[in-house]
This record gives sequence, C-alpha cells and structure tokens, in this order.
Amino acid sequence: MSDNKPNPEKPKLNIPWLLKMAWRDTRRSRGRLLLFLSSIVLGIAALVAINSFRDSLQLAIDEKARSLIGADLVMGMNKEPDSLSLAIIDSVSTLGKRSDENRMMSMVYFVKSNETRLVQVRALEGEFPYFGAIETAPVEASRSFREDKRALVDHNLMLQYEAQVGDSIRVGAVTFAIEGALHRIPGQTAMTAAVAPVVYIPRQYLPETGLIQRGSRVSYYYYYDLDQAEQPDTLANKLDPRFEELGMFYDTVETRKASMGRSYDELARFLALVGFVALLLGCVGVASAVHVYMRDKLSTIGILRCLGMSGKQAFLVYLFQVMGMGLIGGLAGAALGSIVQLVLPELFKTFLPVSVDAYFSVTAAAQGVLMGVIVSVLFALLPLLSIRQVSPLITLRATVEHLTNQKDPLRWAVYGLLLGFIVVFSRWQMGTWWQALYFTGGVIAAFLVLALLAKGLSWTVKRFFPTHWGYVWRQGLANLYRPNNQTLLLMVSIGLGTALIGTLFMVQRTLLSEVSLSGTEDQPNLVLFDIQNSQRDQVANLTKEEGLPILYFDPIVTVRLEQINNLTLADVRKDTTLEIRPRNFTREYRVTYRDRLSDSEKTEAGTWSNGQYKEGEKVPVSLEEGYAERIKVKVGDSLIYNVQGATIPARVAHLRRVDWNRVQTNFQVLFPEGVLEDAPQFHVLMTRSDNEQQAAQFQRRVVEAFPNVSAIGLDLILRTLEEVVSQISFVIQFMALFSIFTGLLVLVGSVNVSKFQRVQESVLLRTLGANKKQILGITLMEYLMLGILAAAVGCVIAFGAAWALAVFSFEMEFVPVLWPLLVIFVLVTLLTVAVGLLNSRGVLNRPPLEVLRREA
Amino acid sequence: MSTILEISNLKKTYDTGDRHLTVLEGINFTLHAGDTCAIVGPSGSGKTTLLGLCAGLDRASSGSVVLNGVRLDKLSEDARAQVRNQYVGFIFQNFQLIPTLTALENVMVPLELRGERNVQRQAMDLLARVGLAERHDHYPTQLSGGEQQRVSLARAFSNRPTILFADEPTGNLDEETGDKVEKLLFELNREAGTTLVLVTHDLELAEKTQRIIRIKGGHVVSDTRTPERVHQPEDSNLS
Repeated sequence: MSDNKPNPEKPKLNIPWLLKMAWRDTRRSRGRLLLFLSSIVLGIAALVAINSFRDSLQLAIDEKARSLIGADLVMGMNKEPDSLSLAIIDSVSTLGKRSDENRMMSMVYFVKSNETRLVQVRALEGEFPYFGAIETAPVEASRSFREDKRALVDHNLMLQYEAQVGDSIRVGAVTFAIEGALHRIPGQTAMTAAVAPVVYIPRQYLPETGLIQRGSRVSYYYYYDLDQAEQPDTLANKLDPRFEELGMFYDTVETRKASMGRSYDELARFLALVGFVALLLGCVGVASAVHVYMRDKLSTIGILRCLGMSGKQAFLVYLFQVMGMGLIGGLAGAALGSIVQLVLPELFKTFLPVSVDAYFSVTAAAQGVLMGVIVSVLFALLPLLSIRQVSPLITLRATVEHLTNQKDPLRWAVYGLLLGFIVVFSRWQMGTWWQALYFTGGVIAAFLVLALLAKGLSWTVKRFFPTHWGYVWRQGLANLYRPNNQTLLLMVSIGLGTALIGTLFMVQRTLLSEVSLSGTEDQPNLVLFDIQNSQRDQVANLTKEEGLPILYFDPIVTVRLEQINNLTLADVRKDTTLEIRPRNFTREYRVTYRDRLSDSEKTEAGTWSNGQYKEGEKVPVSLEEGYAERIKVKVGDSLIYNVQGATIPARVAHLRRVDWNRVQTNFQVLFPEGVLEDAPQFHVLMTRSDNEQQAAQFQRRVVEAFPNVSAIGLDLILRTLEEVVSQISFVIQFMALFSIFTGLLVLVGSVNVSKFQRVQESVLLRTLGANKKQILGITLMEYLMLGILAAAVGCVIAFGAAWALAVFSFEMEFVPVLWPLLVIFVLVTLLTVAVGLLNSRGVLNRPPLEVLRREA
Repeated sequence: MSTILEISNLKKTYDTGDRHLTVLEGINFTLHAGDTCAIVGPSGSGKTTLLGLCAGLDRASSGSVVLNGVRLDKLSEDARAQVRNQYVGFIFQNFQLIPTLTALENVMVPLELRGERNVQRQAMDLLARVGLAERHDHYPTQLSGGEQQRVSLARAFSNRPTILFADEPTGNLDEETGDKVEKLLFELNREAGTTLVLVTHDLELAEKTQRIIRIKGGHVVSDTRTPERVHQPEDSNLS
C-alpha cells in the first residue's frame, strides 16, 4: 500500500461538454421545464411592459416638454397679488411677452338644457399658449374666443349637457356664446379634466361676471414668453426666495419635466412593484419546481457521480439547465412584455399629459431577459446546491439517504443572496431603502408564517392523528406529513399567491368603499359656497322655500399665521431643527367661529364652551390635533394670526380630533364667537335633497339669484371620485392580473409536480386492490386540507397586509370588505382540489401496470 | 503481481438515532491485478456495503481501502470520484443507465468525463463488441433488460478500468439472458485483464471466479479459492 502514490490528475471542468450534458439531460423533461419557466414569464412580462412604457413616456415628455406648460415661465399665486408681488410680475414682463389668467371654481348655467354644473373657470388674456396649443374644435376657436363674449367649454361637458357651438352658457352674471369644444390644454390630463372640467372665458369680462367677491378662492397665473437671451430657470432660481416670501409659485419647462417625470416615475415604480410581486410568486414556482426536478434527477446524478463526475461538474450541468430555462423565460417574458406595453398608453391615457407612442425599449427588454436568468438561478440555487452532496451510493441502494450529511455553509450565502436581491430590487423599484426593507420584511414574514404553519400542520396531524377514522381519511391526512410530502411547498406557494391576490382585491375594495359614502342617510349632499354676508339671509330663505333643511351654515374667514410662540417665518427658515415647515406661515387658512363643537369633532385636550372669549385677553382658539402637531404647539401656547391686515394674538385653548371622512365643513382652526364677526368673510351652506330633480331645481334657482354662489351636489363629486378610483383600480387590476395568472400557474405547477410524489403510491394502492373511489377520496382529502389551510392563511395575511396598506400607506380608515376574500378562499380551495384530482385521473382510469411503465 | 485492492480492518457503522449499527467489522483481504473474486453472503450480510466501500462510493468508519495505490478513506468525495473515473468500472443489478442518454452516449460518458476526444469511435467499438452497434441511438427505455445490461458492460469497460465492480450483474435478468451477460462479462474481463469483484447471491456465478469471500453478519466467514476448472467460462456467442 502506498499513501504517497500520486492522486489521479484533476480533471478540467470542460464547460462545452457540461453544456452538452445539460442539453442532453433535458431530453425527457423539456415539457416539465417549460411549465417551470412559464411561472416567471408573466412576472418578467409585467416588468418589461412597465419599464418600456416608462421609457416611452420619458421620451414623449422630453420631446413635448415645452408644450407641457405652454410658456417659458409660469408664475402664480392663490390670492390677489399685493404691490410687492405685482412689482415682480411686472418686472419679468419687461423680459418678454405675458398672458394673464384667473382660475376659480364656479357654476355655469347651460341655457338650452337649463342645467348647472360646477366647473373651473379660466379667464384668459394674452396669447397663451406660446408653445403647443389649446386644442379645440373648431381649431380656430382657441384664438377667436378671446375677442368677444365667447367661451370654450370642455368637450365632455358639452356632450353631457347636449350643448353645441353657438349655444349659450352663463358664467356669473354674463352670458357667453360657446365658441368651441375644448379638447386638450397644455399639460392637463384627461383625469384632471374629468375632476374639474374647464371653461375658458376672455379675462376682460371677468369683473362683469361678479365672480370675484370678497373671500372668493381665485388663483392668479402669469405666463411668460421670454426673450431668447433669458434663461427661465436662472431667472426663476434668482427669484425663488422672493417667491416663497410672497406665497408665489412658479413653473418652468424643466421644473415641470422634473415633477412630471417624478410623479409618473412613482406610478411606474408602484406598478413595477406589482409586477415584481408577480415575479416573486413565479420565483416560488421556480424554486419548488427545481426542488422536485432535482429530486427526480437524483439517480442520474448518482450514476454520474459514480462514473467520476465531480460535485462541481454535476452542479454546473443543472445550473446551465436552469440558466437556459431562465433565458428562455426571460426572452418569452420580454417578448410578451413588449407586446403588452403597446396597450399601456391606451390604458393610461386618462393620466397622461402628453400623447405617448409606445416603442420597443431595448433596455427594458434586455433587463427583462437578464432578470429572467438572475431570478431563475437565484431561486434555484438552494435545490441546486444539494446536487454537490448527492451520494453515489444511491446507485447501489435506492433507499439510502440521498445526500451526504455535511452541513453546507453555502446555503447561508444563498439565503443572503436571495435577501439581498429582494432588497436591492425593491429599492430600485421603490426609491428608498426603508420602503425596500419594509417590503422585503413583509414578504419574508409571509413566507415564514406559511412555512411555520405548514410545519405546524404536519406536526399536529401526526401528533393527534385520528386513528379511529376510516382508511381513506387516514391515508389522505397521513399524506400531509409522510416523507416526500408536499405540505410545505404547496402551503407556501398557494398561500403566498392567495395572500397577494387577496391583498390587491382588499385594497381596491377599501378604496372604492371610501367613495361609496354617498348613499349614507342624513348626510348633506348639496354644498353652497362663496355666499357673501349680504346674501346670507336670502340664501337661507331660498333654501327653506325649496323645502330643504339647513344642515350646516358656517361663516368662513381667511387668515394667515404670523407667529408660533414668538417664532416667525424667518426663524423657522433659519432653524430647520424646529421642524416647522415654512408653508404653515405662507399659506392661507379658512377658519370659522363658533362656541360649540360639531358632530364630527371630539375634544382631545382643553375646553371649548360658550362665551369663553373675554375682551382684552388673548383669543382662545381650537386647533385640529394633526395641525397642532405640525406646528408643534400644545394647549396654552401662543399664536398670532393675521386676519386680512389685523393681527390677532391667540392662545391654544383646545385641541380637537376631526373626522375628516364626514361629508361636512371641517376646519383646522376654530375661533370663538365675538372675534371675527366683522372680518371679511363668506359662508358655506350644506343641505340635503332627497332626489336629483329637487337638487337640480335648487341649483338652478341659486345660480339665477346669486351668480357668484356655487352650488354643487356631493353626488357629482363622489361620482367623479368613483370614476377616478375605478380608473386607478382598473390599472392596478390590470397589473394584478399578472400576479393572478402567475399564481394560477404556480398552483398548477406545484400540484402537478406533487403528482410525481403521489402517483407511485396511488399505483401501489391500486395494485393492492384500492378502488377508484378510495384513491379519489385520498387525493381529495389531501388537496382539500392543503387548499383550505393555504387559502385560509393566505386570506389572513391578505387581511393584515390590506390593513397595513390602508392605515400606513393610504392613511385612511381600513374598511374590512370580506367578501372578496371569501370568494378567493373558495376559489383557491376548489382550484387546488380540482388540479389535484385532474392530475390523478391518469392513475384512476388506467391499469396500474400501464401507469407504472409510463411513469418509469 | 501488483496489488490492486487492499482492505485492512474495515469497519462500517451506521448511527440510527441513539443506536449504532455495525454492518461490517474486521474485514481484511487483498486483490492483485487480474484477480477475479466473488463476495457472497445472505441478504443483509453487508456484501453491497463492502462493495460500496471498496469502490469508494462510501467512506469506512475505520480501517483503510487502498485502490491501485490510492488510500480512498483519506480522500474527499470529489477525489474519490476522480479515482473511480480513472480506475474503476461498475455494473449494477438495475443497470443504472442514464435515461436521457442514448446507448452510445451512455458508453461515452466515462470517456468524456476524462476529457478524452474522439470518443465516439471507441464507444461504438465497445457497443459492437456487446452486439448492440445497431441500437446505438436507442434510449434505455427502448432496450430490453439484457440489452441494457450489455450497454452497461460496454460502459464499464469504456474507461479501461483497472478494477471492475459488479453488483448482482444478472440479478434482474432471466436465466438465458443472464447466462449470456455473464459470459460476456467474463470474456471482456479476460480480454482487458481487469480485476473483477462480483457481489452475488448466485453461487454458480461465484464459482466462476478465482476466489470466493463469504460474509455473514458483517464478518468474513471464509475466503477460499475456487477450483481452476470452474472459473474458465465458455466462450460467449453473443455477437
């Protein structure tokens, strides 16, 4: 004997041969491999579609950037400009041409149809837009309406109210002839047009309409076409500090591009995340499929090891197979995604400010293909790693432990890689590390819960096995814990799929149920605002004449905040550690005064009662708790408000919780009676009509008698909101479809791979004399248990996730709408059982020997 | 004559929960180049375990296995795989052909693993030698049991092994086919001058080797040489 005799020379890896072996080895499994890779195709397709669309949109925004705002520079403010503001506005005018516009919400009256509607009135003067066009029909109307008492009316409104060019509308006290139908305004989306349809009128007639009254909410816009030498961004940056001080805002092509890019990027990111969820679900499918595939390949690997193949070579053979599978999956996903993205501009058109032409994005497609390979390899790595430990001894004894008992530290590296991948990818999609960590944490928690439950289920069934039950029941139950059981795999994949689909549906239903408050009994459904002091009694009388109740009638005064505990705007700007946003000082507050709390208000701290204001003292004010938190005050602190020139020292006497979901006027700041009565103010009245006819008649009478008063039906607002939400939910649903179909594929795949575990046993049972009914019963029992448990746990996770999303992400009250979950639960359970039974049909209908030969 | 296999104080135990199960203990023997040897014994006596240890498919609990001068129990799994590829041929009771490869590809695998080129000709020659040249592109499932075992024989000899381990090579075959395979095995073995270790229940087959090691309860109970006449099998007429 000799230990020192040299070992045989170490073989080279011989990659070309390993590739050839990988290809040869797929020969009898290509159908199954196709099924495995199908689970990642949809996820990849979703990502490629969204990312391609994002590229197309960016290109469109870049190409049509100037027409997005129609001018080089837009300046504006939400109050009447004072002399300082006017000085800036006028000084910029010397650098080019200027157009002025006033915007306000107001009623218009369609004379022919005798109907009224709340619209956004834009009173325009000048040549705006300087770039792009206000698209109208007829085309020339966009210019010609400026010359006389003519108006442009949103084309959807015209359709709705059956108005035609030449018909009349009344805006305030002035009647205008409709000059054209308004199709597109620079930078405006169909969605915003639906929320606030626009009516353009020439600005010179605005005073005549009487719409601008004391306290009216009017915005002032100034559009500039600057001389070529001027750089809009340089100019805007230079003026920026002044703008903030004066409460002005501005927009340039570049700022609009950036903000638009940001907001659409966020939308795309969110949708890509939905796609990523589909991909992750697919990855679970890949992991489980490769796991089972590898189990089937153990004997082949054992033979190869016996013939001298190293662990590394064996690992590479199957790694190449998985890479190939991922490559094909990625290519198929990229192809499908590139087709799907063609329909996305149509799907998103209501949200888009520019028309987008879909084009094939090489980057997105390449990313998709790469992603296919990466996720396939990553998620297949765990089962692949075990190849290195397959013992060649299984060639001698099929019953021997297949794997050597060595602990594999690489498994931990793979766990780390998987975790890292999910975090990095979700960071890429979501933008911040925190969100990425939350997302990853959520996914892992769901995995763990499902895995633990699966283990718990196996343990419980084994521990408390019902030995007195009938054979079929016992056999079905025992399948849940016996060696090679599918409990963990199916629980995780079915449970996770159910959780994802359930969450999407729950969130959507919660969003929609928020909107459907409209039917609530005794809630106001008509609001009249901009009622002047002089009109107060008359409007109240008119309301009563129409037989309508006055539910709320609040005075509204516009104030500004000057000091918080002696801190001024300048102080909070200087010291950011104070964490008070300057906007709290620059914005205007619409406040009311009363000595009592409304139904929607609850005391959180301090007291609020009749006659609390004593002359000569600081005025006690009640603040909404969220607002108090934002300006960092508590009961007893001092504030100074400016009521249109007059300063009012105040102290925080009371903090309130306000139910903002209630349909009524709610306020952040409440003054006591006896302080603001003489301040310039307007009033808001809320009432409830029992039918649409009564509401329409009331609105008409109000508009006729008080042209400056706007009367809007809440049902209109709610209808509009519902439309917006259903548009959004349609897009989300579209993306969720990818997850749903992937979930189904994973389900079919998971149950299908379990067939290879069960078929041998079923055949043996058949051979031993079990009849068709018994085999069917056993299979039914196993998949029913798995389906019920996985679906139930998935639904519970969905419920929790939907709650968390509603509360933390959408910041709204969670409305537990359970029926979608019930439907999903029943469907998933039935589907699991159906797929399980379908897979067993081959065993049921054929002689055992035939099946054994076929499966061999 | 050079020593091909040297087994010293071999012991194999398995841990099953709290129990230690000793399957083999105190095994010692040596085989020289060209020797033929049968390991026989009742079921559960440890024959297959011994074969696995001798071929480097498993690791002994104690003792040593030296194959062609290489001490296997000191080697890693990959290094033992390398030894198998260089010096060892295998024949299994259940053939163990790779189902996704054709007959020809199955025979080529050991050579390809060694990184040899132009292996197709060699593999075809071997297939022809076992009478299956015409069926070279058939998959294992398309071949009968006897044909599969003949492909297995061709594969076993393809890497020109120093030692051949055969585990019940005729155990899954009917008598007539078994006889044919048996003759072919001895014939190829004689031509190649390979050392042969057979594990079998079949005493008639065992007696065709030069030496019979009997195992019972994990111990060698006898180690005898067979009469010269018996281990000269008749020429095969398979081709």
